[in-house]
Amino acid sequence: MSRPDAELATSLAAGTPIPRDAEGPVFAEPWQAQAFALVVALQGKGVFSADEWAQALGAEIAEAVANGGCRDGSDYYERWCEALEHLLIAKGLASHDGVDALASSWARAAEATPHGSSIRLENDPQRRTTTG
Amino acid sequence: MSGHHDHDHDNHLSPIEARVKALETLLVEKGYVDPAALDAIVDTYETKIGPRNGARVVAKAWTDPEFAARLKADGTAAVAELGYGGRGGEHIVAAFNTAEEHNLICCTLCSCYPWPVLGLPPVWYKSPPYRAKAVLDPRGVLADFGVTLPEGQTIRVWDSTAETRFIVIPMRPAGTEGWSEEQLAGIVTRDSMIGTGLPSVESRR
Repeated sequence: MSRPDAELATSLAAGTPIPRDAEGPVFAEPWQAQAFALVVALQGKGVFSADEWAQALGAEIAEAVANGGCRDGSDYYERWCEALEHLLIAKGLASHDGVDALASSWARAAEATPHGSSIRLENDPQRRTTTG
Repeated sequence: MSGHHDHDHDNHLSPIEARVKALETLLVEKGYVDPAALDAIVDTYETKIGPRNGARVVAKAWTDPEFAARLKADGTAAVAELGYGGRGGEHIVAAFNTAEEHNLICCTLCSCYPWPVLGLPPVWYKSPPYRAKAVLDPRGVLADFGVTLPEGQTIRVWDSTAETRFIVIPMRPAGTEGWSEEQLAGIVTRDSMIGTGLPSVESRR
């Protein structure tokens, strides 16, 4: 069964490449699925509503498009993550600095983790306390 | 999602990967999410749910007129009869294609999508050009997908919202008389339930 997705990439909007789907993975990378699951879980817990989420993500995408990004959908999950972070900050559940610090910790933990082992936050050599 | 990564990239996280990990850690520590629940969600949407659920809905509507009537009247309840529902599918409206009207779904705000029946949205669905073009030039979108509708069949575009998601119920193709529900479900593609494709007997696997 031939699929026109390849052609779609070039023809859907002239001059704007669109990531192909090819009936394949709906996530380009695992982190996208994780970010997706976080939002689903938080909605399930009632931390925010579907409508709040739609507004947050819509605003993020609109801003990115206005700035010349997000035109081909390829950075969709980056916007998704920003929307999540901003919504959590707005709700007082996270701070930008807190997320920054934790992300740096994860990055260091990854570098300090030997091949073949799963990356654990405890592997960060600079990690002293749990975040709050 | 874990336990089978053993390549070089394993000990390096990209900034966005680290950021997602950070958000996850933060939320797990605060007790808002359970890591096992996250894995279950990923698994559900990635593999278990997928467009096959939607295909079952369509096949049942094709073979059971009473179910079709219920689906038309209350999509959410009819879909729940088959055990599908939950996040992202609270209000599902089934848009039935007819000889006079073809339905196409999109979302111009973000990318609302009936996850429980169609799985995760394809990449192109989430792209601003698709959303923009679906509203302005739906026939052009169909042409991009290689679909040409008969003269006179109009296109109705359904713009999903956070509250209401749509699933297109395509017309049952000719040449499928006597097919079982399972056989029929096999020719219902995801795209045919978005409206960017049509089921065909040739696509039978």
